Amino acid sequence: MKIDAFSSRDVSADTPVNYFTRDYSLRSWLFTRDHKRIGLLYLISITFFFSIAAIAAALMRWELLTPQGDLVVSDIYNRLFTLHGVLMVWFFLIPSIPAVLGNFILPLMIGARDVAFPRLNLASWYLFMTGGLLVLYAILIGGVDTGWTFYTPYSSVYSNGHVMLMASGVFIAGFSSIATGLNFIVTLHKLRAPGLTWFRLPLFAWSIYATSLILVLATPVLAITLLLIMLERFLGVGVFDPKLGGDPLLFQHLFWFYSHPAVYIMILPGMGVVSEIIACFSRKRIFGYRIAAIAILAIAALGFLVWGHHMFVSSQSVYAGVVFSLLSFLVSVPSAIKVFNWVATLHRASIRFDTPFLYALGFLALFTVGGLTGLFLATLAVDVHLHDTYFVIAHFHYIMVGGMVMAYMGGIHYWWPKISGRLYHEWLARISAVTIFIGFNLTFFPQFILGYLGMPRRFHIYPPEFQTLNIVSTSGAVVLAIGYTLPLFYLGWSLFFGPRAGSNPWDATGLEWTTPSPPAEHNFERTPVVTQEAYDYPDLSL
Amino acid sequence: MKPPSSIDASPYTDATQRSVAQHLGMWTFLATEILFFGGLFACYAIYRHTYPEAFAAGSARMDFWIGTLNTGVLLTSSLFMAFADHAVKLGRRETLRRCLAAVWLLGVIFLGLKFYEYHQKFVEHLVPGAGFHPDGGAAPPEQLFFVLYFAMTGLHALHMMIGLGVITWLFVRASRGTLTADRPAPVEMTGLYWHFVDCVWVFLYPLLYLVR
Amino acid sequence: MNAHPSSPSPKVLTLVFAALLGLLALSAASSRVITGPWGSALGLFLAVVKTTLIFVFFMRLRYQTGLVRLFAVAGFFWLSLIGLLTFADYLTRG
Repeated sequence: MKIDAFSSRDVSADTPVNYFTRDYSLRSWLFTRDHKRIGLLYLISITFFFSIAAIAAALMRWELLTPQGDLVVSDIYNRLFTLHGVLMVWFFLIPSIPAVLGNFILPLMIGARDVAFPRLNLASWYLFMTGGLLVLYAILIGGVDTGWTFYTPYSSVYSNGHVMLMASGVFIAGFSSIATGLNFIVTLHKLRAPGLTWFRLPLFAWSIYATSLILVLATPVLAITLLLIMLERFLGVGVFDPKLGGDPLLFQHLFWFYSHPAVYIMILPGMGVVSEIIACFSRKRIFGYRIAAIAILAIAALGFLVWGHHMFVSSQSVYAGVVFSLLSFLVSVPSAIKVFNWVATLHRASIRFDTPFLYALGFLALFTVGGLTGLFLATLAVDVHLHDTYFVIAHFHYIMVGGMVMAYMGGIHYWWPKISGRLYHEWLARISAVTIFIGFNLTFFPQFILGYLGMPRRFHIYPPEFQTLNIVSTSGAVVLAIGYTLPLFYLGWSLFFGPRAGSNPWDATGLEWTTPSPPAEHNFERTPVVTQEAYDYPDLSL
Repeated sequence: MKPPSSIDASPYTDATQRSVAQHLGMWTFLATEILFFGGLFACYAIYRHTYPEAFAAGSARMDFWIGTLNTGVLLTSSLFMAFADHAVKLGRRETLRRCLAAVWLLGVIFLGLKFYEYHQKFVEHLVPGAGFHPDGGAAPPEQLFFVLYFAMTGLHALHMMIGLGVITWLFVRASRGTLTADRPAPVEMTGLYWHFVDCVWVFLYPLLYLVR
Repeated sequence: MNAHPSSPSPKVLTLVFAALLGLLALSAASSRVITGPWGSALGLFLAVVKTTLIFVFFMRLRYQTGLVRLFAVAGFFWLSLIGLLTFADYLTRG
């Protein structure tokens, strides 16, 4: 099959035809099968949903400046944190790295022309948007007050919010997740370039593979659980109804069977990105590459066995609680192994503190804190006191925002030259990264203390002695907001005025860096043949 | 002059690679279906373990003969679907058409019997909700059995209807002659889906109709 | 020519079908006679046998690579996880 990416087209000599300039029509974007364009469509969509969820968070932090409920009434506050959770989890975090960076970079990274099923890829974006618009509509007409966790019987019987609409939106978005995961699994099995064996793959590819396994195996259970809630609301009776002998706890088992692995869907891609960045900016192969790859799979597999740790105080059997607690300790082991491997990579390395690396460092620090605090929560006896307090909120924000979002930002900055063909303003970007780090810690560290002191989550009215820490937290949120807004400006600016990037501005290894920036539509003129190991940086000790 | 569009850009280098990829993709999708239905099966298992008599009582109200007949209907439809897969690979267009028609017909018969059953349940006041009052009364967990009955068979029937839609489309293509031996994927993949939906019923049958 | 490298012959398919019908008759008849937990176990066992026949012959797993077969069974394995651990809760509640 001939690739003719550089055909004689009427453009200036220094801008060869690439995936972006090939065709500017709206139709060519909305009907594209190009994984790179689909990645960008997702980028725009998730940034949009993130902004709405962030505004909800801002309103919540504003409310929490004072102990009284003076900005909003409780019912509205409930709808705000539900909106925040639903949008952030399903419409930002879960798609973020896989659907944006995975879509754009993975085929390039493995020497393929596209993913295995390009049309399914486009369909996944449309499903995502349909789900997202349904959820937005549900929010606009009043929202839902159950929390993103939809616990029964409140969600299935008593809530007067638009549960069916919102659940349908999430249900449809779930199909988008499954389609994406399916695509990546088959792509990695069948479309690797000749010579690119599994153990020569960059760790980002491994992490996308493990994430995709979780996506396809866990999401269907969420789907059926949401359907069952909708059935109960529709019929008036259902399988979680105690009047019939049903068990509301069964909902929690089904829900968390998905939602715990879901957090690994969120963090594993981040870990993959961090591996890429650390290898590049320390000019060194990741220490213990094979173990790191196996640890990724182990996290995915073990992540399916721990869901009961969300249910320690739910009236679940104590014996089951003990088993889930032990398994939760076990799942921390491969994560810790990865952290050790990253740190060992940095040892005696030649480090460049460019922006992506700053984000990766931030990830290391904040993910470690988040992970360690997870051990507190995994301890049955301690969790009895910490469950449903701000300690839990701080824990998962450290991992999701301190870990995952920093990795996402790092990945965006790392691959920005490849995606856009431009370089951004380095010092402004570094200042942003540091601002985010400072803002993040100011916002969320006080929440560990608040939780330890007993402040419950999902309440906007609290005892006055907690006010000082809440004020610190809200001030941090302002700093964090500034940190997140700056990239919108300098990245946007770079698209028009930034210096043009060459194929490999970071001098990194990896097939994606052998293509022009931005890449041509079909990625490679000739399918590359791989003969080297991953991260084949020259050994500096020689 | 416009550069070549992405329609030409198949990511595959040869037909075998594409075929294996399609099979992996379809089986991945079927794995998701196993977990999708599986959630319902998990609910069923837990409640049956907790309320064995209520489930036996509920199952006794099911129409044993319709259930058994329907299982036979679906198994026969799977046979014809397998014949269709064989026919397309040997380029036997007329056989393919007839087999697809047979699959379709048997699927419609299945759904017809199913909806008749649903109607009977409605008439006998066995639909869960405000109108649930079975003859001779029932312990509350028996209603759980019926919620699961309607949820599981309803989801199955929905899958059947989608399958019938796809089979209709295949029949049209077979009539036009656009289903060829060198690209058997549409028939193969549809077959996998159809057989899978049959297997779901093969499990539903003992769990709903044969509990004593 | 009746053979194809990746599809069983109509003769084999018909034999499998006959076996499936036989198993169906067995399930139906035995449910009247063997009741209680043993009856359920038998019914489920027969369903597994039927499904295996369908997977191997009708769904052509017999002719597929090991990787495809692994994908085919993976879903069941994963389902068993939610089953086992959830039951662990229900069976051990005080």
